[in-house]
Amino acid sequence: MEGETVADSTAPEPTRRDFIYIATGAVAAVGAGLAAWPFIDQMNPSSAVLALASIEADISSVQVGQQVVFNWRGHPLFVRRRTPAEIAESKAVDVASLPDPLARNANLPDSAQATDADRVIKPEWLVLVGVCTHLGCTPTVSTPQAPQGEFGGWLCHCHGSQYDTAGRIRKGPAPQNLAVPPYSFLSPTKIKVG
Amino acid sequence: MSGPSTYVPKSAFAKWFDSRLPLMRFAHDTMLTFPTPRNLNFWYAFGAILTFMLGIQILTGIVLAMHFVASADGAFDSVEGIMRNINYGWLIRYMHSNGASFFFIAVYIHMFRGLYYGSYKAPREVLWILGVILYLLMVATAFFGYVLPWGQMSFWGATVITNFFSALDQITPHWGSAISTWLWGGFAVGDATLNRFFSLHYLLPFVIAGVVGLHIWALHVPGNNNPLGIDVKGPQDTLPFHPYYTAKDAFYVALFALVYLAFVFYAPNFFGNPDNYTPANPVVTPPDIVPEWYLLPFYAMLRSVPQKLLGVLVMAGSLLTLVFVPWLDTSKVRSSRFRPMMKQFFWIFVVDCVILGYCGSQGADASLEMMQGMQLPLVWIARAGTLYYFGFFWVIMPLLGLIETPKALPASIAQPVLSPAE
Repeated sequence: MEGETVADSTAPEPTRRDFIYIATGAVAAVGAGLAAWPFIDQMNPSSAVLALASIEADISSVQVGQQVVFNWRGHPLFVRRRTPAEIAESKAVDVASLPDPLARNANLPDSAQATDADRVIKPEWLVLVGVCTHLGCTPTVSTPQAPQGEFGGWLCHCHGSQYDTAGRIRKGPAPQNLAVPPYSFLSPTKIKVG
Repeated sequence: MSGPSTYVPKSAFAKWFDSRLPLMRFAHDTMLTFPTPRNLNFWYAFGAILTFMLGIQILTGIVLAMHFVASADGAFDSVEGIMRNINYGWLIRYMHSNGASFFFIAVYIHMFRGLYYGSYKAPREVLWILGVILYLLMVATAFFGYVLPWGQMSFWGATVITNFFSALDQITPHWGSAISTWLWGGFAVGDATLNRFFSLHYLLPFVIAGVVGLHIWALHVPGNNNPLGIDVKGPQDTLPFHPYYTAKDAFYVALFALVYLAFVFYAPNFFGNPDNYTPANPVVTPPDIVPEWYLLPFYAMLRSVPQKLLGVLVMAGSLLTLVFVPWLDTSKVRSSRFRPMMKQFFWIFVVDCVILGYCGSQGADASLEMMQGMQLPLVWIARAGTLYYFGFFWVIMPLLGLIETPKALPASIAQPVLSPAE
């Protein structure tokens, strides 16, 4: 009988002890993971930071052809009152030829195409998060007096990305169009962003 | 190489203590009698110089932390307060900021030295990889430190670097941005970011000190490489570390400190960027944002690729490549002294790094004025430079070992020193 017991202990069949080892190890691993989570999650934005997520911006003073920059969630927010020529220029672009054919408009479904109409709520007002989608610099606005880049929109000086008059990426390393934040018109001269 | 211990406790107390904690024995064997190749030249002093600079950075850093206010509202003013109000604050801060630059000067010479003399080759692969880890820790520490004064370059440098992770969005949507947000603790670089960077900037130098301990441990297993790149054959090839190399290292540390302090006193802002004396403004990016000089070659490689994810991968790859160097070099000979072809490709590589650094320091759309008014965009030079950087490690190094005929190696370290020249 004893000889058989010894033979059994070397058999590949798992014993109760193996099971206890694995179960203990599994509990320890899950426990370590659970204990690590608070130390990881503490670095995410706190509820106090998340609570400051929306602003109201008065755009009554913005002239045609001008851009005004607001601060939204620590980022620059571009509000550009486009000229008819800029709107026409943007509308003439073939969406299929764009590096990023998606609208990137938080007010529309993800699949919306980057037509001029889908980049705005009112064609005259272009509202964008002023963060280059490459590495986060603030692009410089192009004006007829001081053109920036070839497309009349914005040029990011950090790494040379160029955007058109609808804030769509046209040239350079940035992968996406400038983001359109969630916003709505509270009145013809006031928008709520966020 | 370390061999049996030669420590003999001199007093009854030393004997008693040695049998309980052989601390003095350890110090004696590693710092005094440690057998060191007798032919180490000037370029081998940079290990000691780096240890000295780490000490300077920790000492001045601890002092600066006593006066620094880690908040988006207070950081810039507190640094100006250190410069203007704190007794000798200007000296200690200039020592710290210039100390970072000289730390990197020393580490680059140390790394090029290792490449030239083949110090990464067997049996020193782990020693080399620990060195690469130390270099990466230095880069991280320097980056966190550069954010703390909360000037324009601090802020936008932090923005660009933390956005590297958002490139991962192109592999799995939203994951990369989630990492960036996690690093920021907000929607953008801000108060939370500054606070955590300060905490990490204080932590990492001590991690560096710990890895330096491992680096020296790994060095003391096979012992030093040397300019001839041949193994130590016996006691005639070595000298005790003290007094020979303690004296030699001390001399070069003093010389290095002289140059370092000349900058601290006479050109303290030489390495700095004037834009960092403008307080951080989250809605205005300075027209030309550039990293500190020691990261410029990598920045040039990032910009040479017109695609976000690939650019970030190329930059990460340029650093990761260093880990594989011990296995990419297929030559049986360590030292470039006996490798006529390697020697040339090495110096081209050094020049390549300088050219990449220059490209990184210029604007994104800068170009070089050629003859007859022709314009050569710098980005093309940076592309060629990037190609050579990777080519040197991944193509030239493996191939050279196969096609190069090395010169004859001396029989031992002692032979060319002790026997008269022919």
